[in-house]
Amino acid sequence: MAAGNPAAKFIAGGTNLLDLMKLEIEAPQHLIDVNGIGLDQIEETDDGGLRIGALVRNTDLAADERVRRDYGVLTRALVAGASGQLRNKATTAGNLLQRTRCPYFYDTNMACNKRAPGSGCTALMEGAFSKQLGIIGTSDNCIATHPSDMAIALRLLDAVVETTNGSGATREIPLEDFYALPGDTPEVETILEPGELITAVTLPAPLGGVQMYHKVRDRASYAFALVSVALVLQDDGTGRVALGGVAPQPWRMTEAEAELPNGAAAVITRLLDGANPTEENAFKITLAERTLAAMLAEARG
Amino acid sequence: MDFNQPATENPADRQRVLGKSTPRIDGPLKTTGTAPYAYERHDVAEGQLVGYPLGSAIAKGRIVSMDTSEAEAAPGVQAVIRTTDMDVLGKFQMNVVPLFGGPEILHYHQAIALVVADSFEEARAATALIRVEYDEDETDGFDLAARREAALEQEGEIEQEVGDFETAFAEAAVTLDETYTTPAESHAMMEPHATIALWEGEGNLSVWTSNQMVAWNVQGLCDVFGLNKENVHVDSPFIGGGFGVKLFVRADAVLAALGSRETGRPVKVALPRPMIANNTTHRAETIQRIRIGANEDGTITAIGHDGMSETQPGGRGENCTAQTPVFYAGPNRLIVNRLVDMYLPEANAMRAPGEASGLMALEIAMDEMAEKLGMDPVEFRAINDTQVDPGDPEKAFSERHFVECLRQGAERFGWADRNQEPGSRREGMWLIGHGMAGGYRGAPSTTSAARVRLQPDGTAIVETDMTDIGTGSYTIIAQTAAEMLGLGVDKVEVRLGDSSFPVSAGSGGQWGASSSTAGTYAACVKLREEIARRLGNDDASALEFADGKVTTGDRTVPLTEIASDGEIVAEDTINFGDFREKFILATFAAHFVEVAVHVGTGETRVRRMLAVCDAGRILNPLSARSQVIGGMVMGIGAALMEELAVDTGRGFFANHDLAGYEVPVHADIHEQEVVFLDTEDATSTPLKAKGVGELGLCGIAAAVANAHYNATGVRIRDYPLTLDKVLDRLPTI
Ligand SMILES: Cc1cc2nc3c(=O)[nH]c(=O)nc-3n(C[C@H](O)[C@H](O)[C@H](O)COP(=O)(O)OP(=O)(O)OC[C@H]3O[C@@H](n4cnc5c(N)ncnc54)[C@H](O)[C@@H]3O)c2cc1C
Ligand code: SF4
Repeated sequence: MAAGNPAAKFIAGGTNLLDLMKLEIEAPQHLIDVNGIGLDQIEETDDGGLRIGALVRNTDLAADERVRRDYGVLTRALVAGASGQLRNKATTAGNLLQRTRCPYFYDTNMACNKRAPGSGCTALMEGAFSKQLGIIGTSDNCIATHPSDMAIALRLLDAVVETTNGSGATREIPLEDFYALPGDTPEVETILEPGELITAVTLPAPLGGVQMYHKVRDRASYAFALVSVALVLQDDGTGRVALGGVAPQPWRMTEAEAELPNGAAAVITRLLDGANPTEENAFKITLAERTLAAMLAEARG
Repeated sequence: MDFNQPATENPADRQRVLGKSTPRIDGPLKTTGTAPYAYERHDVAEGQLVGYPLGSAIAKGRIVSMDTSEAEAAPGVQAVIRTTDMDVLGKFQMNVVPLFGGPEILHYHQAIALVVADSFEEARAATALIRVEYDEDETDGFDLAARREAALEQEGEIEQEVGDFETAFAEAAVTLDETYTTPAESHAMMEPHATIALWEGEGNLSVWTSNQMVAWNVQGLCDVFGLNKENVHVDSPFIGGGFGVKLFVRADAVLAALGSRETGRPVKVALPRPMIANNTTHRAETIQRIRIGANEDGTITAIGHDGMSETQPGGRGENCTAQTPVFYAGPNRLIVNRLVDMYLPEANAMRAPGEASGLMALEIAMDEMAEKLGMDPVEFRAINDTQVDPGDPEKAFSERHFVECLRQGAERFGWADRNQEPGSRREGMWLIGHGMAGGYRGAPSTTSAARVRLQPDGTAIVETDMTDIGTGSYTIIAQTAAEMLGLGVDKVEVRLGDSSFPVSAGSGGQWGASSSTAGTYAACVKLREEIARRLGNDDASALEFADGKVTTGDRTVPLTEIASDGEIVAEDTINFGDFREKFILATFAAHFVEVAVHVGTGETRVRRMLAVCDAGRILNPLSARSQVIGGMVMGIGAALMEELAVDTGRGFFANHDLAGYEVPVHADIHEQEVVFLDTEDATSTPLKAKGVGELGLCGIAAAVANAHYNATGVRIRDYPLTLDKVLDRLPTI
């Protein structure tokens, strides 16, 4: 049904889709409720990882004992997001597919290539308010960020998205390949086909190490990240780093992680190489570096 | 009742009910969801339709064409009201920009159409089908900083000029000359503007609305539609916050009335959250230059405050110099205010208009000056206290105990143990700092009437068009009547917000509590006189009211007996006499704050705050405290996060929802303590009370800013103190 009807959308927790519908930013003619189709379990996989059903609520995922024990960065990222009430509704798949918080995307009077392809990007026009927006992976057509916290941790953990389509064909898409950079088509945000349903997200076997998530914002809670840093640090000084709040997708790079033993500046210089910030959000580069530095200092005691 | 001389001892002094912490009597209605808020009053008029507004997509220009054909044909649509179909509607004196009518656009999200439909969803969907073409005007821009230089060349309005400021400043031993900025702020109240309107016949209009000033609302609707007061009925019993944004008629009421006039049915309209920032009013952005000169011993010899704010042409912007003429002493003074015309949405009153943003600047300046002098900032303020108007020493403060606020605050906060060296105290990843500031807010009171009805069952009903915007008006009015009539609070019913009731002061400018309780007092005095007459005693003051009974001489009569033949009604108005003009009436506070700033990220968290307040007699310590801690929360917002982001290219506030416009959440608020000095102000009202609703906000943001400086050693003069402003000046990790 979804595949046959381009004007249909899945609805899970509805915490993002309904808000967008109220503002007429999304106007699906049909909603397909995917709640109650049994995708709400967290199971252990044969290779020692976890398979998280697409409909597992953010609250339940964060509280799961295995997640708390073995994937601490994921729990920390989840509870740093939204509010308790929202997390009770929000689902794993919905969270991955939530849309940007660019203020111009939300204001239908404003030009926005993501909302109305070809109309222009107000955020890049003179005098625009771009403090929250992206600094890397962006394009001349769109500088929006992906706002999810959960996705940053999942990317760090090498999560894989499992899908199925109307004809029953399934796919396994590493999160690394899941999101599409804006380029000339900022309205295309993932590689999902129309009607393709996310069924689960799998995590490989636990990584160990010290796992941290620092979400930086001016108010203590209930705000999207200016910058967030997910970190796994092993005893030998190696580890992984992913950034949120800076790009249209979770931002991670193996070459940058190789610099971890050389400190935060080395990692961020590599990771944000080629960044193209606006005047208002150039501080995000310094912020990413300082946040990581503080985390490394803390992790190393 | 004419209040023509300072209050002497009177029945309100008994303090059996007044002055006692009393939980709000309307609390159960709110906690059970049964308090009737405007948008949900389904029972007041049958057959309600729903209106959804459309706002302008440009800031300045005019509508060339508006195609509503698709909207009109959409399911459920009953009517489409277009601004282009009528002349500009009338305007109430407090409104700066007309609310509807005509093709001219003066600001973004100005209301230009209303779709009325059977359901909310149908109205909203149809609104999105309206096609509008505009002809946009060139403007002088929307960037206050960029326009400052030109504005400084214009003559400002001189608020105070005493002595020879320039010379005294030039000759002062120690001087400070700094410029501070405060951003535009949104009221961000919980309940958006909402109205149900019913237009009947040739011009009978009833509105069930959410408005702070019922009489202004009546007048406003008369002015907008050319109606007679007798034919306009306004009801506003519960208000989910206002902070000044609901002081007078706004687009919700005008649109609902137009919708009802057109359809002949009741129409309800709420402004969608994204329209609040740009359709309604905001606190204006300011740029403030402050100059202070002092002797080595810290006595101020010169004080200059040059304030500038944006406004729609004809508006008043933000009077950010309001406190400076009288807060601190100093023989040479120059206080100037400037307005920069701009086609941003309308700047108008927001909680403590003037002082809230003025003190954000002045109280950092005082901190900086104390540091230059090598003085304790508490001491520096104390030695520059004044008991008279520095510009007119004949004029004294009625009561001013600011120094006591400072001293008590320092003592209770443990100021002596504060971090002394900026940037030097650290706990793990956090830099710890302490700061303080003074608070000042005028204490006006205005004419206010009430009616008291003693019932045959011995209970009393108070009726006044006063409003309760979450402040606790219901409760303090009940306390006042209970005190005056010797009843328990549970024996008093209070009815508010209805324009058929006697006209009160309304809620605004921190005058509501003092004025409306004085009006209630006046009506109760009249009722006591009538009761005295019925008991054959001409001297009401000789009567003792207690426990539901009246005692005169050795005779004690239950109120039930006195009213047994039917209710006894008394109505009166309190009028405030000229004698008060010889005095300055004001409230004072000293704020003390401890903050922690993350050494890596610059995130700032307020750990501890204390306010010591001098606000006359406190009528209800519980609700007064709630007012002050609410103000302190708002002050954290002002200091650390609140900012309407101006898109200077298109001329509007871009972060126009509650995700983008950040106000403090629970996690931002830790320890809060409030102390009220035990003071009375007999010049203020018969109850010797003043307002506190705005005082709590005054000065607090600067206290946070000063603590932030003390923690980091980095002085930030541009509010809010977001982390991006301090980041590159924090120590390396
Ligand atoms: C006020 C507020 C604050 C917030 N703050 C944060 C924050 O700080 N950090 C953060 O990370 N998030 C935040 N969020 C976003 C929140 O996390 C998302 O709204 C939520 O995760 C979305 O999940 P949902 O299940 O409700 O998705 P829905 O709204 O139901 O759906 C979102 C999208 O996913 C699609 N979809 C849903 N399920 C599937 C599926 N199984 N297969 C394919 N497509 C599917 C829908 O069609 C839709 O396009 C906030 C949200 C709000 C409203
Ligand atoms: S940054 Fe992207 S989402 Fe924002 S206005 Fe530009 S195109 Fe739209």
